[in-house]
Amino acid sequence: MSPNAKRTKPALLAVEGLVKEFGVGPKNLFGRSRDRLRAVDGVTFAIERGQSFGLVGESGCGKSTTARAIVGLEAATAGRVLFDGRDVTGFSRAEWKAYRRRVQMIFQDPYGSLDPRQTVGSILVEPLAIHGIAKPRARKLRALALLDAVGLDPRVIHRYPHEFSGGQRQRIGIARALALEPDLIVCDEPVSALDVSVQAQVINLLKELQERFGLAYLFIAHDLAVVRQLCQRVAVMYLGRIVEEAPRAKLYTDPAHPYTQALLSAVPLPDPDREAARARIVLEGDVPSPIDPPSGCSFHPRCFARDRVAGDRCRTERPGLTSRGDDRRAACHLTLAEAARTPGQPQRVV
Amino acid sequence: MSELHKTAETRGSDLRWQLSDADLEELFRQSKRIKGESLGRDAWRRVRRNRPAFAALVFLALVAFGSLLAPLWPLPSPMVLDLQDEPQPPEWVLARGGWDAKDIWDLNPLDSALLQVRASVFGDLQTGHWLGTDSKGRDLLSRIVWGSRISIQVALAATLCSLIVGVTYGAFSGLVGGRIDNLMMRFVDVLYSIPFIFVVIFLITILNEYRAVLVDDYGIEHITVFYFVIGLIYWLTMARVVRGQVLSLKESEFLAAARVLGASTPRILFRHIVPNVLSIVIVYLTLTVPAVMLFEAFLSFLGLGVEPPKVSWGLLAVDGIEAINPIKTFWWLVFAPALAMGSTLLALNVVGDGLRDALDPKLRGK
Amino acid sequence: MALLEVRDLQVRFTTQQGVVRAVDGISFDVEAGESLGLVGESGSGKSVSSLAVLGLVPNPPGLVTARSIRFDGQDLTRLSPDALRRLRGNELAMIFQDPMTSLHPLLTVSEQLTEVLGLHAGLRGIAARRVAAAGLGDVGIPEPESRLDAYPHELSGGMRQRVMIAMALLAKPKLLFADEPTTALDVTVQAQILELLTDLRERHGMALVLITHDLGVVAGTTDRVHVMYAGKLVEAAATRALFKTPRHPYTAALLKSVPTLIGDPDVPLPSIEGQPPDLTTLGAGCPFAPRCRRVVERCRLEAPRLELVSATEPGRRGHAAACFEPLLPTAS
Repeated sequence: MSPNAKRTKPALLAVEGLVKEFGVGPKNLFGRSRDRLRAVDGVTFAIERGQSFGLVGESGCGKSTTARAIVGLEAATAGRVLFDGRDVTGFSRAEWKAYRRRVQMIFQDPYGSLDPRQTVGSILVEPLAIHGIAKPRARKLRALALLDAVGLDPRVIHRYPHEFSGGQRQRIGIARALALEPDLIVCDEPVSALDVSVQAQVINLLKELQERFGLAYLFIAHDLAVVRQLCQRVAVMYLGRIVEEAPRAKLYTDPAHPYTQALLSAVPLPDPDREAARARIVLEGDVPSPIDPPSGCSFHPRCFARDRVAGDRCRTERPGLTSRGDDRRAACHLTLAEAARTPGQPQRVV
Repeated sequence: MSELHKTAETRGSDLRWQLSDADLEELFRQSKRIKGESLGRDAWRRVRRNRPAFAALVFLALVAFGSLLAPLWPLPSPMVLDLQDEPQPPEWVLARGGWDAKDIWDLNPLDSALLQVRASVFGDLQTGHWLGTDSKGRDLLSRIVWGSRISIQVALAATLCSLIVGVTYGAFSGLVGGRIDNLMMRFVDVLYSIPFIFVVIFLITILNEYRAVLVDDYGIEHITVFYFVIGLIYWLTMARVVRGQVLSLKESEFLAAARVLGASTPRILFRHIVPNVLSIVIVYLTLTVPAVMLFEAFLSFLGLGVEPPKVSWGLLAVDGIEAINPIKTFWWLVFAPALAMGSTLLALNVVGDGLRDALDPKLRGK
Repeated sequence: MALLEVRDLQVRFTTQQGVVRAVDGISFDVEAGESLGLVGESGSGKSVSSLAVLGLVPNPPGLVTARSIRFDGQDLTRLSPDALRRLRGNELAMIFQDPMTSLHPLLTVSEQLTEVLGLHAGLRGIAARRVAAAGLGDVGIPEPESRLDAYPHELSGGMRQRVMIAMALLAKPKLLFADEPTTALDVTVQAQILELLTDLRERHGMALVLITHDLGVVAGTTDRVHVMYAGKLVEAAATRALFKTPRHPYTAALLKSVPTLIGDPDVPLPSIEGQPPDLTTLGAGCPFAPRCRRVVERCRLEAPRLELVSATEPGRRGHAAACFEPLLPTAS
């Protein structure tokens, strides 16, 4: 370790200016597309050891692509992913393998993420076998312990995925991610495909495992209520950029960005009185296409607070993600106080 | 690099696992009693429950059994001529006769042994002409049974050939992807556009020209080459099917999971892709076999395939059609080989269909 | 008399594993102009029961039986398929979760809308086009004239769902079934569609049956809520009463287990243990008994019927639950 790194311990994971572009549309003779889609456009955030960090946004905002770039399923177009202060984009093959033992992933689809032709046992033994950890018999015992840790009867080790329900499969996927005893688990919408009565079980399990094993999570979700249960820090993404990042308590009680405000107010509450009492902000229109994003602030065509900003700034000038004090950042031309003003007349399109 | 390794190795011991090793050993013992149902077993159960498919499977097993053990059955020789005025109609009687090894073409040691078993079991007892005789007085039932051997051989050899070439080509193309995939698939498209019957006729004409050279210099029967020529035609569709399957598997989350775990490409290929492609390949094979059998019959019909005195189902059909004349139809000469061929093809299709349902992941466990 | 009266509706599917009792004898009413939420998890029978009312359950493998399904005075079980189809286009309408698969991909929006108008209102040509444009404007589509010639794939998910709603409303139905209309949509778009549905219901005076797994969605949109579990109706109440004083243990547990924006996030969610049951192997008892904390001996032996649990309920129909040991109204 360099003496420099010893003084200030780097964050477990730091993403700096991550950009990911995809080719879209008609391809030319050489299989290249002329149009580029910027799925992730300069995303920067950091996750500390043992912390869980939520990345929230609507479909197409680039949250899943960010996750896939971190675990190496996509190659970043630009920017850096630093793990323990070391840039993973420059890793050699052996370094990648070592990295994989420390960063794992849980997937969204409990049906598609388990190989239908493997038994639960071989699914859980595979990570250990890939990394040559322990002897075959000890691997099997570890698989049993993993099943127990995720709340499944260890004796089901010889069964096949299709014999389990969605929630149970998701537990198997979690056990697989735990097998290598990682420091960080990237969770890509792990509960959104589950039944309502099973979601809470899996959320509680993830929390419990975090405490037991000192895990850090990068939690990708579209559901703000789920993220609130699990994450200490939350970043909100819109069209490939982070628009706000704050500790949970601040983000949910006092959102700084109009988009976060709208997102929060759009979450339906299972309480008719509160539903009736609150002023819902209904945004205009749909999320624009990332192929042709709006000028300036990409949220301005839907923003209900844009007339609070003087002149044409929202349309012409892109706000940077700047500090708003209190350990929080937001990308908006409004100051915290201006944005916090309750929206007078919520915009209605209907 | 070393830092990463070090931290990874030193951690782990401090993790709190709740069960002791002894508990785990006990659970491990118990777990052996709770076996899951593998997809293969699940599929087999579903095929068994699918009555038509199961019946077809039994029928195919009987055909294969009958054909493999042909010398064992108390049938008249498929070769011995009995020149009469016209073919004899079917006759349900038993007869005396029996024949020895020189009454049949190339017998391998197993066949000779089977012939001896037959002699000791049935003596000189044999069936009469249960399906009648052909225009040269040969027993039709016997010729169908012996002819099935060649038809099945052609079908299996050609299918195997298409399987190996098609799966390798398709899997490689799908896995590599990108421009190479594009090139490989355009090559398949080009091959598709060639009318194959002309290629085959051309090839077989050349083969016939040089058959003596082949046998003398290389020891290869021209019929063997014929098998592979057919096989090389049928790999195209197999390659496309496999490539499509690999492409969709490549997008699946369990492959992403394997990559995140650090699995190498060969591991992904053999542990995950091959087992998952297998089911569709099996289904497709059961559909290739009938196609190949039909093609063989067609070529034999044109006089390009199997040559007398050897016999295949296609050749039998030709004989039957030649024997038909405006005065007398000799229906059994057409009907019997057609029935044998038709029922086998139908059975293969039914089994293929049944397997497709049985191996469909969406119907799993149902 | 209610607009829709369903009595003892049963739907069974014959599969290779056995008979799935997807809907197991449910009865409910929908009053004219009211908005009813039908809540349940996947496999609870909420979608199938509405498909059954509309006569859209494929047979085989499905078999629908009911003592009666009375809509606006006529018994749907006795109607010919043709008469039912006419009714379905005119007075009963349904929208589905995925608007992309419900719209014809090769026809423009205007072609699909005018076809409906031709069938049900006899309108053709310019007149039909004008009505179609008005219909699109009615569901909040900006510049409806220019959207008429778009193909479904050119529209966003939210727009497509609006087109579906517009199409369903062309014939001015008295009752609209909306099956998970916002599940495939983003949160901000979901809010738009829910506002739209509420607004349209008030303006057109139609009844709405909102089928969803999301308790939050029904809380702000509906007057009454019915909760289904494993093919049975387990609780029926006015929305406010159901959320304030749930009487069935399943409803109560579900309400507590759903992550929301209220409450202390550091306290673990009180989750419901276990999994929803397999519908082919349901025994005689209450289907929720294996997961229920209030379970008593009787629950495993016989299935409780849906009965009124409080007479003091404001509104005419009161609060009903299918439970031998319902929670007390104070417990919340």
